[in-house]
Amino acid sequence: MPQLTTTRTLPWYAVPWVIDGWHKVKRYPLLPLAILLFFLVIPAIFAPWVAPHEPFQGSLSSRLIPPVWQHGGTMEHILGTDKLGRDMLSRIVYGARVSLTVSLIAIFVGGIIGTVLGLMSGYFGGRTDSVIMRLVDISLALPTILLALVLVAAVGPSFGTVITVLIVLLWARYARLVRGETLAIKELDFIARARVAGASHTRIMFRYIFPNVVNSLIVLATLQVGYVILLESALSFLGAGLPRAEPAWGVMVADGRELIVTAWWVSMFPGLAIMLTVLALNLLGDWLRDHLDPKLRNL
Amino acid sequence: MQRFIAIRALQSLLALLVMSMIVFGLARISGNPLDVMLPIEAVPEDYERLEKHWGLDKPITTQYFIFIKKALQGDFGESLKYQGKSAMALVTERLPATLELAGFALLFSAILALPIGVLAAVAKGSSWDTAAKIIALLGQSLPGFWLGIVLMWIFAVMLDWLPSSGRGGLQHLILPSIALGWFQVAVIMRLVRSSMLEVLDSEFVKLARVKGIPEWKVIWKHCLRNASIAPLTVFAIIAGSLLTGSVVTETVFTWPGVGLLVVDAVRSRDFQVVQAVVILFAGIFILCNLLVDILYAYLDPRIRYQ
Repeated sequence: MPQLTTTRTLPWYAVPWVIDGWHKVKRYPLLPLAILLFFLVIPAIFAPWVAPHEPFQGSLSSRLIPPVWQHGGTMEHILGTDKLGRDMLSRIVYGARVSLTVSLIAIFVGGIIGTVLGLMSGYFGGRTDSVIMRLVDISLALPTILLALVLVAAVGPSFGTVITVLIVLLWARYARLVRGETLAIKELDFIARARVAGASHTRIMFRYIFPNVVNSLIVLATLQVGYVILLESALSFLGAGLPRAEPAWGVMVADGRELIVTAWWVSMFPGLAIMLTVLALNLLGDWLRDHLDPKLRNL
Repeated sequence: MQRFIAIRALQSLLALLVMSMIVFGLARISGNPLDVMLPIEAVPEDYERLEKHWGLDKPITTQYFIFIKKALQGDFGESLKYQGKSAMALVTERLPATLELAGFALLFSAILALPIGVLAAVAKGSSWDTAAKIIALLGQSLPGFWLGIVLMWIFAVMLDWLPSSGRGGLQHLILPSIALGWFQVAVIMRLVRSSMLEVLDSEFVKLARVKGIPEWKVIWKHCLRNASIAPLTVFAIIAGSLLTGSVVTETVFTWPGVGLLVVDAVRSRDFQVVQAVVILFAGIFILCNLLVDILYAYLDPRIRYQ
């Protein structure tokens, strides 16, 4: 008798709901999300509980202890200590908090400024548009690091200085993005109807246009977190970012630079933390862009 | 076209003006600009001397015009750290070192990025393509200053093959050039890949193949020549990131260029030198942007009429 159907033998674990569940999960960028949670979010939120030691306090008797797997390393300081005897792991954990706070505040504030100006620029058009767009052009033409250097030379390094520099650099991209989308959306029928129904300009911009640009904003913001962390750490490395005493990753790499011959771990681990975080954020951003907003492909 | 150039030139001038206002304003934001410009141990005579030099007794707008006038003449005042030297002289003295480093970094990134970009496009989906993707991702995620330190640790400390810092022969150039050029590799490679893909699909390439020209010649001569226009147009981005990147790389490798000068100046609060470098770099940066926009408009007429 000829066989009509070919049956594949399925493995024992191929219960439908397991397979379905796995396919659902597999669609998400698991590795980047795991790295981010593990290296950035959890340490940042729970820093005081996760960190084994105080990040600011060291003892001179335990200076420059190598990581645990090297000769002379101890379990007490798994990643070793820096030249002031402070625990590297604890400082990296607190560094996650610093990096995340600075970049989220800068992106949030810069994003709000950029979104409002972009909405106004696209919605009102005319003179408002050309003034705002000139400002965008100028802001995008400013050399980043130099701007930060002047600011720091004038007022000294602090949280406020870094965040200000980052906001000045970030808002323009949001404004440009939102303006472009607003131009297209405001021609749609429902906006004209809202006008007829008597909605004010403010209401139209924030209640009707804004929800339609949120997806693009989320993608841009995610793609920028990595960039901002990289920028902040470069500025801190140069001494033009966060103050010297902060446990910021860039500062820590700078501390280790002159110790490269004797204590490689002081600059290697914080740098590795930066790289992993930024890498994961870039992967996540790419994934979000492809799924939420493919038209941003060449952002 | 002339109208377009005029408008864009005006915009660039505006950007430079804004930058000069920022620099001018920041020195005055914290009260007396002399507090920013002078070291803590300055005596009253220093204050008087500089007050005259910068006309600080005059109204603020006049002060700004004096600042602009002097800036146009290349006069940014005297350095505080290196007494008796003008800030501009210090900058021009250091400029060749920075240009040398930037040039080699560009060379390194072009040598690495062109072949990989071409191969990634020709063998789309192959392991070359994967390698290109990984390089691009790493280029975006590796902090340049840390890469410099890692290179130094491996090649100067552990293997002891190359010198770790300073300026000298060709050996001194290798590590800093890689550290500085790394980010550009990703940028150039991605562009070469995408424009190669476009060119490979065009009619003249098919014709060349039909004519029986060997494949390597089609790819490396006919295609690459046309595909290398796209990377040229992002020259502004590359030049800009080389300039700002040089600040970081020079600090890592203590390369005696303008970047190291400005970082030292920030640390010792030598505001005149910071001013000079920032205005000069901003000028170069904005000029590059302008040149590229003009080049772009020349190549693609649609842009002129927007």
